[in-house]
Amino acid sequence: MYEIRIHGRGGQGAVLAGGILAAALVNEGKFVVAVPSFGFERRGAPVASFLRMDTREIRQMTNIYRPDCVLCIDPTVGRAVNVFDGIKDNGTWIQTTAKPIGELQVPDKVAAVGLCDAVSIALEIFKRPITNTLMLGAFAKTTGLVSLDSLRAAVEDSDFRDAGLKQNLLALERGYNETIVHKIERKVAA
Amino acid sequence: MSAVLKPKPKAIVCDGNEAAAWAVTLARVDMVAVYPITPQSSLVEYLAKFVADGKLNAEIVDVEGEHSVLSVLHGGVLAGARAYTGTCGPGLAFMFEPYLRTPGLRMPMVMSIVTRDTLTPQSVWGGHQDAMSVREVGWIQMYCETVQEVLDTTILAYKVAEHRDVMLPVNVCHDGNYLSYGAARVELPTQEEVDAFLPPPSTNWHAALDPSRPMAIDPLTGGAGGPGPSLFVRYRKGQCAGMQNALAVIEQAHEDWARIVGRRHAPLVESYRMDDAEVALVTLGSMTGAAKDAVDEARDRGQRVGLVKVKTYRPFPVQAVAKALSGVKAVGVVDRSVSFGWNCGPLYQDVIGALQFAAQRPAAMSFIGGLAGADITTDHFGRAIERVQALAKDGQVGETVWLNEKD
Repeated sequence: MYEIRIHGRGGQGAVLAGGILAAALVNEGKFVVAVPSFGFERRGAPVASFLRMDTREIRQMTNIYRPDCVLCIDPTVGRAVNVFDGIKDNGTWIQTTAKPIGELQVPDKVAAVGLCDAVSIALEIFKRPITNTLMLGAFAKTTGLVSLDSLRAAVEDSDFRDAGLKQNLLALERGYNETIVHKIERKVAA
Repeated sequence: MSAVLKPKPKAIVCDGNEAAAWAVTLARVDMVAVYPITPQSSLVEYLAKFVADGKLNAEIVDVEGEHSVLSVLHGGVLAGARAYTGTCGPGLAFMFEPYLRTPGLRMPMVMSIVTRDTLTPQSVWGGHQDAMSVREVGWIQMYCETVQEVLDTTILAYKVAEHRDVMLPVNVCHDGNYLSYGAARVELPTQEEVDAFLPPPSTNWHAALDPSRPMAIDPLTGGAGGPGPSLFVRYRKGQCAGMQNALAVIEQAHEDWARIVGRRHAPLVESYRMDDAEVALVTLGSMTGAAKDAVDEARDRGQRVGLVKVKTYRPFPVQAVAKALSGVKAVGVVDRSVSFGWNCGPLYQDVIGALQFAAQRPAAMSFIGGLAGADITTDHFGRAIERVQALAKDGQVGETVWLNEKD
């Protein structure tokens, strides 16, 4: 089982991103459950959504406390919550940021980092900082766990209308192409 | 054997609320009355969309509150319609008066309770307290574990409700938050399969709003005078008989569903890894998935642990529960709600009642978790299993354990 925790802020589409990723993975024959967190939902407040994938049926309908991968679709949500809480050894961190890796604090547990300046790209595409589909592209590039084609099909099946659909397909593509992946050698615990 | 291959089922990714809306559509429901309330809102929004898109050919009535939701549906059912609604928490409280009348008048309909913890303090989050608060009112209640089970059970529920040996309304309970918004891969049955399973409704033969055969509906029985006492007893005994008949009808409906659609869910209780089990957890609803994983972890450590999931909660499957738990040393019942009268969980009360009929009666203790949206994880269940194993050794039942007390 592979567990992904998506962090964002209310209104950015973290829950929708979970749904699109789930549909893409199911399209590839995986079993998936996606559970959004729920607290005080309001625009701008930190939100999370949780996604599990496996090659067999998944039974836990719970939140995720020990993620394999943390996907942050907001540049500053890490200041509000500890996005690395419980992350597994050799975990993966995918972050929207304009900064290069040298300016970021990468926790020891993280062995793969995918960085994408999704906010700047979103401002070009949508004129608004909507980063969710961009960061799905970043997820595909960083982990290789889902194909860009499946994500494309899942976005096409979502409720986006004409112009919005075009923009989101472009966002997915650019998120994939413009993500820089860093692999960090970690000593394997004896 | 049939040489015809079944077509590959259509799989979609959806949450429990959308799954319920698909079920209502596939069941060819005639009439839906709605008043949105968290966490049910998206369910009725999906229904409104399905009607607008022409997927569901139903009269949708957007009423001013839940009391009217159910009253409108009473009219529909008495006119022969297959009817549906969904609600939860304060909405369920507001519809209480017509809610009482529905089983008394033997009106078959299906209502989802997208379970929500009750006030107060303020809560818009999941918990079984709303559904538990109406457990003795005469509705059948079935609890779902997965999104797929929400879809299947909501269709199945019509077969149970409309069966002439039952003629009672059914609540399909799916957990607010974890199932209402939790999404998973779900297989949609075909319309042909559902049509083969569920014939058109023939429900208003006993009480009908029909100009060609006028009748008085819901009469005063007369109190202590005249035929009053015996008439009232007839109504009540009939209701109780319908509830008991439902046990066999629910089993048959699940069997028919498995035969036609090819998917089998345990109808009354499910025994999971109970062969040779020394201790058992008893669960209800979506918590069961994590509990099964915790049981697997314990089994991997060589511990003899099993689980019994209660699907049909009303009528309570007394014999099935007693049989499933007979022979284990200790039982831990995990509730997502509170019995204020007993300082334990309500399912726990039912289970210890049923254990009176067990051939060998185990010790049993109560756990309460998952109130107001709180999570019950494999870690919580792991601790519960340890506590029940201690109970198996020392027989000391002790106080109710609140699983999220230190979260």
